[in-house]
Amino acid sequence: MFGLEKRDTSMLIIVAVLTMFAPFILNPFPEGSALAQFNAGYPDLMQRFVIFGIFAIGFNILFGLTGYLSFGHAAFLGVGSYSAVWMFKLLSMNVVPAIILSVIVAGLFSLLIGFVSLRRSGIYFSILTLAFAQMSFNLAYSVLTPITNGETGLQLTLNDPRVLGASATADGSIPVTNLFGLEMRSTFELALGPWNFQFNAGYYLCAFILLAAFYLTIHIFRSPFGMMLRAVKSNQQRMNYTGLNSKPYTLAAFVISGMYAGLAGGLMASMDPLAGAERMQWTASGEVVLMTILGGAGTLIGPVLGAGFIKYFENIFSKINDGVLHSWFSFLPDGMENAMVTLIHPFVGKGWHLTLGILFMLVVIFLPGGLVEGGQRIAAWIKRKRAGDDAPAGKTEPAE
Amino acid sequence: MGILEVKNVGKRFGGLQALSDVNLSVKENTVHAIIGPNGAGKSTLLNCLVGKLIPDTGSVMFDGQSVLGRAPFEINQMGISRVFQTPEIFGDLTVLENMLIPCFAKRDGAFELNALPSVQGQKDVLEKAEHMLEEMNMADKRHMHAAAMSRGDKRRLEIGMCLSQEPRLLLLDEPTAGMARADTNNTIDLLKEIASERDITIAIIEHDMHVVFSLADRITVLAQGTPLVEDDPQNIRGNPKVREAYLGESA
Repeated sequence: MFGLEKRDTSMLIIVAVLTMFAPFILNPFPEGSALAQFNAGYPDLMQRFVIFGIFAIGFNILFGLTGYLSFGHAAFLGVGSYSAVWMFKLLSMNVVPAIILSVIVAGLFSLLIGFVSLRRSGIYFSILTLAFAQMSFNLAYSVLTPITNGETGLQLTLNDPRVLGASATADGSIPVTNLFGLEMRSTFELALGPWNFQFNAGYYLCAFILLAAFYLTIHIFRSPFGMMLRAVKSNQQRMNYTGLNSKPYTLAAFVISGMYAGLAGGLMASMDPLAGAERMQWTASGEVVLMTILGGAGTLIGPVLGAGFIKYFENIFSKINDGVLHSWFSFLPDGMENAMVTLIHPFVGKGWHLTLGILFMLVVIFLPGGLVEGGQRIAAWIKRKRAGDDAPAGKTEPAE
Repeated sequence: MGILEVKNVGKRFGGLQALSDVNLSVKENTVHAIIGPNGAGKSTLLNCLVGKLIPDTGSVMFDGQSVLGRAPFEINQMGISRVFQTPEIFGDLTVLENMLIPCFAKRDGAFELNALPSVQGQKDVLEKAEHMLEEMNMADKRHMHAAAMSRGDKRRLEIGMCLSQEPRLLLLDEPTAGMARADTNNTIDLLKEIASERDITIAIIEHDMHVVFSLADRITVLAQGTPLVEDDPQNIRGNPKVREAYLGESA
């Protein structure tokens, strides 16, 4: 189906189901219950899940296939955001031209940075991309203030021209982003008993774009071009002596992943029309590396899982404060309750980085293939259980 | 005129004159061996032929065209394929994918942005790769990771990958180095078969005299960066100069 192999089609369907029913899946606990804390089905966070999913999928085309580890991809995301906001300021509040421009500008910018950085490989390449990204961040933060509005960040104002739209709405406020009239912030709420499910227009736009991006990525992975990118990772020497020029292949992969990052940046600005320099900082570049490795570099679905995982931690674990902990352990005697809260306190709330760091370490050490490898191991274990205990243990290795 | 003409090639690394005044002519459809003791400059010469090194002096002509100043991938596109001392294959990829890559390179050239059609849809390339694997007797290993194979199989795959590009000149750099006797003999048989059945010229650098005398039509002996003699195998065998170069003055 869709010109894909059976296995890839089912993967696409899984992602489609997960994204389309996310408002239900992420809201399993009824409102007001103690576990409602863990609900993630609100528009803001769901948008972030899919936008960072797109970012990580694109990053994986470069890192997962060619093995070139870029530490500067947040720069392309930032450039995409700025382009989109400028489109909202100058043209109209429709998100389509904004998203298109952000992809194009990020593509051109990554062509420039990639052309220079790809003269080196390995650690030198990583450092070059990091240097470029930090340069971009500092430029956006100070020197290019007329374009980026410096540390305040680029925002919409009532004085923006918006030649195809209105500078201000009838009641004198700044217009909101829309898709041919459909407001991105509009949310349909469905109350089912104690549950409250939210269906947000912006989220569904992002989700559809994620599906398109994922579909395109499957094609890239299964194409001759994708195979050449894996050849780059495996043995560049053999490639060059097989009549292939590895440079344009890596550059094309770099630009494609830069455009995915630009798309993510454009979507981010479309959901919330402002852009700040901090989006380009090295921590943001590092985050996408973590997402990809945590989920499983070089796998199709890994980066999406990794992005969801990290964003969930960032937004849900960070909200668990001492008050919440006390309410969880209130059934214990006073001394025990305080002891438990003290014990768990460093891992939640502001300490969520600690939990994430430990999990990341555990995944890298025990599951080098990321969460995807974890899933595969569980699947293989279930299969063995079903086949009976007489089946040979461990996966079969090809003979030397 | 040979298919490969090397004229007055010299190469210096700092204080070391690695090659000086090398002249070599490889005739079409022959097996030409280049032998010599360690440090004779065999590998340096080979690297000058494939674009890895650029000689300081002299010229290297392949089929009437100069190869100097061209990148390795361009020289390969001209029709020269190289087999390395340690098999250079795509270890992370399957055997079939290893074979597909040179087939795509042959069809599409040095770079092609065909990111949308699937590999499975390219029937012509798939058929060619499968056919080549069968010829190399590796069809049953097609879904194996290339890195998991034995040294002899890796060598066989590498040679197959080179042949799938239909090169006019195949360069082999000590193809049996570090191989067990059985693997060595298999490789000799394979190369003999290739030389007799295909329209191909082979230039081989080799230490192992057993391999050289089983394969070569013509032998050039290199010593201290310069050709000592070039002759037929039976004459090389008895040549006192060659014995001297290999075994030292006292022999």
